[in-house]
Amino acid sequence: MGIISVTNLKKVYGDVKAVDDISFDVRSGEVFGFLGPNGAGKTSTINMMTGLSRPTGGQIYIDGIDAVKDVKKVQRIIGVIPDENNLYDEMNGFENLCFCASLYGMRKEEREKRAAELLEQFNLTKAANRPFKTYSKGMKRKLTIAAGIIHNPKILFLDEPTTGIDVESAIQIRELILDLKKQGKTIFVTTHYIEEAERICDRIAFIVNGRIVRTGLITELMSDSGKEYKIQLKLDRITKEIGEELENTIKNCSAEIIDDNLCLITSKERLELYPVIELLKNKGISVYEAKEIKSTLEEVFVKITDIKASKLNDKGGVAG
Amino acid sequence: MKSLIAFWNILKKDIRNYYLKPPNISWGIIFPLSWTLMQLIRSQGNIEISALLPGLMSMSVLFGTTSMLAVTITFERKGRSFDRLLLAPINISTLVFAKILGAVLFGIINGFIPVVFAAFFINLSGINWGLLFVAVFLMAVTSALLGLLIAISAKEVFEAQTFSNFFRFPMLFLCGLFIPVDKLPALIKPISFLLPLTYGADILNSTITGNSLFNATFNTFVMLIFSLLLFHLCHRNIKKKWIL
Repeated sequence: MGIISVTNLKKVYGDVKAVDDISFDVRSGEVFGFLGPNGAGKTSTINMMTGLSRPTGGQIYIDGIDAVKDVKKVQRIIGVIPDENNLYDEMNGFENLCFCASLYGMRKEEREKRAAELLEQFNLTKAANRPFKTYSKGMKRKLTIAAGIIHNPKILFLDEPTTGIDVESAIQIRELILDLKKQGKTIFVTTHYIEEAERICDRIAFIVNGRIVRTGLITELMSDSGKEYKIQLKLDRITKEIGEELENTIKNCSAEIIDDNLCLITSKERLELYPVIELLKNKGISVYEAKEIKSTLEEVFVKITDIKASKLNDKGGVAG
Repeated sequence: MKSLIAFWNILKKDIRNYYLKPPNISWGIIFPLSWTLMQLIRSQGNIEISALLPGLMSMSVLFGTTSMLAVTITFERKGRSFDRLLLAPINISTLVFAKILGAVLFGIINGFIPVVFAAFFINLSGINWGLLFVAVFLMAVTSALLGLLIAISAKEVFEAQTFSNFFRFPMLFLCGLFIPVDKLPALIKPISFLLPLTYGADILNSTITGNSLFNATFNTFVMLIFSLLLFHLCHRNIKKKWIL
């Protein structure tokens, strides 16, 4: 059993199945990504795991504690960073952090020390005495994350951590997530940015229409889809006829003419380059470059879910 | 101890962020003052201030607590900062106590503003201050819980204000604040007895004017029952409506 264990989790709102019988485990110390388009059920799942919503059915265990029955016990060891910044506009950065720390019973000296440390870590010390409402989007996001980790939680839930913020802040936040991972925290992150998931997650679950369609290590997911081998050739010229001849000569391959100089050969088996180059040489075509093309997570996602990757990013914001 | 730290800091935050804001302080002063003036002008100066005082005090407590709590909580829910409180390891009862205590204190202070004004015009030496305080406290508690109950049902700030007025304005006329309950039409009278403010106002009437429907012990007991009932309703509805 993982540090987070979810079994047959369901959430129904009226006739709508927001989360439809999902099960997954998150291992201690890993960054687990929940990747899916808007409305896939990512936030509903986080809300049930953190106590903001009650499951219609199923079980959630966090660090061995039943999160459905004993959610207040679970809330002591988790930190939650919601998809929207939810600090107090009138209070300044320092006051916001101290207040959030007090909700976990931290004493005055302890919370003030921790708040100052986090402001320093997030490069917000200069803005510490400014009201939260005057912060930029990126600063607000960073302070919201700082508030979520002020009590030094063992497990972190981040809902769309970089949505709607500038590239620089998004990069800083991703670095911070990886830093937290190095500190031994277990991180559950939802995102609709494929590149983000690829950069920060160890394992990923693809969620579509409330159902998990695939879970696995990024490398596993890529190699699953990588049962096709692709070689891109840069040539001095290429024609449709030569492409057809390549397909006829080399077993189980397809040749796609990208432009006058580029050709993509796809095969179910590992391609031997020599016969290809020899054929082209016999046709008087010079080969300048042969490059293996690996599948991206985006291609894997599209293949598994049948959802266009562009649909994932319709919430706006910068993937960075 | 941890719960106590959280409780104290929620209370402190609410007092600083909402109750000590100049518009709210001025509301606490202007509202009872304008009602007193309205009554004085209407009666062309022939009014007994001691007869007016229980009604004014009750009204100040009612309006101060219900609207403040209903509006501030709906505001926090809308801005999602309330989620932060629900995500913290604090039980719902502690959270309810912390949220209503600010409103209760605000209501008590509001309730005593008409007393301060009245002290310039009438002799208040015969008043049982202990009993008066108990009545104001219990009225503030029940009104704050009523405000919380409204906040649980409202999604927008304007909804909270509308719901508050839907309850509050009828209470002005049904709870014996300005029209004695025994002079209300027989059909309406039972509704008065279903409202906690009737019993609070009755204690104030008994200690300020000496006229009352019930004895103070009975009134206090009924107010306590109303407080427990409203607390239970708030607790149940928060779990049902906020943790979906």
